[in-house]
Amino acid sequence: MKHLGKTLALAAGISLAAGAGTLAVSSDAAATWKPKKPVEFVIMAGKGGGADRLARFIQGIIKKNKLAALPLVPINKGGGSGAEALRYLKDKQGDPHVIMATLNSYYTTPLRNPGLGVDISKFTPIARLAEDTFQLWVHSDTKIMSVKDYVAAVKKAGPKNWKMGGTGKGQEDSLVTAMLEGAYGIKVTYVPFKGGGTVAKQLIGKHINSTVNNPSEQIGFWKAGKSRALATFTPDRLKAFPDVPTFAELGQNLAYFMQRSVVAPGGIPADAEAYYVDLFDKVYKSADWQNYLTSKGLLPGWLTGKSLQDYFVKEREAHRKLLMSMGEIK
Amino acid sequence: MEILGLLLEGFAVALEPINLALIVAGCIAGLFIGAMPGLGSVNGVAILLPMTFLVPPTSAIIFLGSLYYGAMYGGAISSIMLGIPGASTAVATTFDGRPMALQGKADRALVAAATASFVGGTISVVLFTLFAPPLADFALAFGPPEEFALLLLAFATFIGLGGDDIPKTFFSIFIGLMFSAVGLDIVSGNPRLIFFDLPGFYHGINFLVLAIGIYGIGEILWTVETTRGEMVVSRAAVTIRGVVRALADLRHNIRSMLMGSFLGYFVGILPAAGATPGSLMAYGVARTMSKNPETYGKGNVDGVVAPESANNAASTGSMLPMLTLGIPGSPTTAILLGGMVIWGLEPGPLLFIEHKEFVWGLIASLYAANLFALLINIAFIPAFLMVLRMPFTILAPVIFILCVVGGYAPTQDMHDVWLMLIFGVMGYLLRKLDYPLAPAVLAIVLGPLAEASVRQSLIMAHGSFGIFFERPISAIIMAIAIGLFAWPLFIAIRRRLSPGNAD
Amino acid sequence: MRRAELVMALFMAAFSLYIMWKSAELPVGWIEGEGPGGGAFPFWLAAGMLVCCGWIVLRWARRQSPPSRSEEPYMDRTALRVFAIGAGSLFVMIGLIHLVGVYVVIPLYLIFYMRGIGHHAWSVTASLALAMPVATFLFFEIALKITLPKGYTEPAFYPLYEMLL
Repeated sequence: MKHLGKTLALAAGISLAAGAGTLAVSSDAAATWKPKKPVEFVIMAGKGGGADRLARFIQGIIKKNKLAALPLVPINKGGGSGAEALRYLKDKQGDPHVIMATLNSYYTTPLRNPGLGVDISKFTPIARLAEDTFQLWVHSDTKIMSVKDYVAAVKKAGPKNWKMGGTGKGQEDSLVTAMLEGAYGIKVTYVPFKGGGTVAKQLIGKHINSTVNNPSEQIGFWKAGKSRALATFTPDRLKAFPDVPTFAELGQNLAYFMQRSVVAPGGIPADAEAYYVDLFDKVYKSADWQNYLTSKGLLPGWLTGKSLQDYFVKEREAHRKLLMSMGEIK
Repeated sequence: MEILGLLLEGFAVALEPINLALIVAGCIAGLFIGAMPGLGSVNGVAILLPMTFLVPPTSAIIFLGSLYYGAMYGGAISSIMLGIPGASTAVATTFDGRPMALQGKADRALVAAATASFVGGTISVVLFTLFAPPLADFALAFGPPEEFALLLLAFATFIGLGGDDIPKTFFSIFIGLMFSAVGLDIVSGNPRLIFFDLPGFYHGINFLVLAIGIYGIGEILWTVETTRGEMVVSRAAVTIRGVVRALADLRHNIRSMLMGSFLGYFVGILPAAGATPGSLMAYGVARTMSKNPETYGKGNVDGVVAPESANNAASTGSMLPMLTLGIPGSPTTAILLGGMVIWGLEPGPLLFIEHKEFVWGLIASLYAANLFALLINIAFIPAFLMVLRMPFTILAPVIFILCVVGGYAPTQDMHDVWLMLIFGVMGYLLRKLDYPLAPAVLAIVLGPLAEASVRQSLIMAHGSFGIFFERPISAIIMAIAIGLFAWPLFIAIRRRLSPGNAD
Repeated sequence: MRRAELVMALFMAAFSLYIMWKSAELPVGWIEGEGPGGGAFPFWLAAGMLVCCGWIVLRWARRQSPPSRSEEPYMDRTALRVFAIGAGSLFVMIGLIHLVGVYVVIPLYLIFYMRGIGHHAWSVTASLALAMPVATFLFFEIALKITLPKGYTEPAFYPLYEMLL
């Protein structure tokens, strides 16, 4: 158990290091390419989830600020934890009218489904717009006020009676749960639900005992005084939650991020790539986007070009180790 | 009196000019779609759903709610005039509506259907207004075990009402559930049933694909065959005097109307039951209660009134679990539910707290939609007869094209269009052999919910089924569901045991 | 009708077996402390389908279901012709969408059905064949921003997007 915890912390450290190495690539290279038809904006998650809402929010920013001549048309291809979207992007090799919004299943899905034949290093990286964060949540009716109380409560209840809700197995929530279990030497029953929103609702209905929701998924209930955040899986405290400590402060180097990026199929013309980098640079710098990041507890993290591709490859290796240590892949 | 205040606020929303215009537009569109053979509220709502992204969510749901209502009114029209149910919800209306039309009493049947729809719709909206907020509070108590119990109850009511051919009804349910399992297994996170490794199966089989396949393509193929391409239209002269006389005569049918309304509403609330079983059940009860059951099927007005009041009441009722629990009560509300998710509204208990204006605007608009649907229905009766006289060789290709484009639009994947064609053809072939298809459509909607809830419950309980009986709400619902499952079996055994009835 | 019911039941039984085999890619048994495995749900449903097929065949043998007693043909000559035209034309139409796109296929299909089957006047056919694709384009592409498949005719739409979007 202890060993697993160290591996996980190490993996998390890698992701942190990569995140810190932010590089600004100049976007003033005049884009000569322009889309000839509406651009398909593939979302590798189903409708209504966090990734979907974020992608539609980006589309809204582009539309509202008239950043693009022809509209972006969002299409959900969330099937098989994004397997469908990845396969679609692979089949669209060289098509400059398709881009995709990613999340961490960008790494895990190809690792878990080698049969897909998808190699993410073959895609064209466009931009990383943010890193979403995770927090440990309990219902506000409980007497659990700190991580210390939490660990004691879990140990007292026993692994069979402590239910942790999260998204599907092998996805981010289950990885974060495994990290938590390893670090504190506890064991919980992991109950998978369809999406982060459902997980949040189950906690409020007291059908599960705790969650590792993204702040944006719980913020509504938190404001209504129905849930409590115990700690954040980040090195620094979040601006939206100044009173919530980080696991680093509590002596455990637990950190995990959900990247929110945009990629395009491989082999697209260089000027098309420049067009998209420029477009998302404008999105990133917009007031709407910056406000969203702060209020919903996301971390800024602009990254593009080769440094983004290096980041993706590094993260994929970190996730490979994570999944292997959990026994999800061989 | 808090409800009254909220309702008044709702009316303020519903009576805004744009929303009022949308109510009228929705009612008219719904009436025509419902009146077209093969198209019902499911198709109407599905096809027009993308259009609503242009307006705010409250206006969008008001439009679709009115459309749903309009289609419920309209469904009776082709049932009566052509003997072809405009939708599965109007099947029971054909039993007595068609004979009435053949006897030259089409105007009476149409007026009876419209009035019954109005009564059923209004009673159910009143019930909805009174009981929605308490049910919304209650809804948070529903975790995975309660959800599963509820779904089981829905299936139980459905089986109790299914066709005569028990194995075929079960087959239809099983195949629908099986199709719902295609895609991703959320518990283990593995893809499954990816037939021939086609990437299109990763997103599962969209309920719309099956519904448009069966109700659109399959239904038109069936209509083309049964009518040999020649539609028989009965003559009906609609005069004001005739309408007034028909209205006056309806005083004899108030009992059936009330019974249909209440029954329909409560069946509609049960998730998954919806308007089709509601109307069939109401027809059955009306016949059992009647002093002259032998007149049913030969043009009894009660046989039109009972199912029509029930299907409208049920359509309102089915919105309640959709709004409060996020569980669709019928295929149409399943699509509405999808729409709400796209609009960024999370259906469920918090909807009543976080989006008051949306919920109460919708409720208020249902009152208005009912009234408008009645008036428009009666005013448009001559126009319907004209559309239905439109040659089927124009109607059929237009509907086919709408199905293809409508099947493509939601996922933008040709894979789904092909699948829809296969479902349409298979649906047609199975229907010819008396396989009921509505259970499959309901099953594909409920399947993923049922599977996820049972497996989540079992994980929570470490593999023990006890969890469904330890929690009070879940236990009660489970008991009713099991009782309902056992009931037809009990009847069958008794029938078999009684002498002289050895079938 | 009688033979058709048996053939359909056997076909569906074969389909059920295929699903059972396909479901078995994931564990179909009981996982201790967790409940049924990922393949269990479709596996046992397919098993249920198989049982139903058996039951249907049994009722067929005892002539209990209406189709099994029916002397009528499942599809007579006219029905078969009508069905073949309906389903066949749809098949060709959907296939052509891949090649030439929706906006060429819609008028072609309307002309085929309305002229070829309905024998409507050219004036009626032509006006609908022109109006329908235009309405579809305005409704889906312009109002809803849903791009419909266009096959090889795609470049022809670039100027339209330039103008209208």
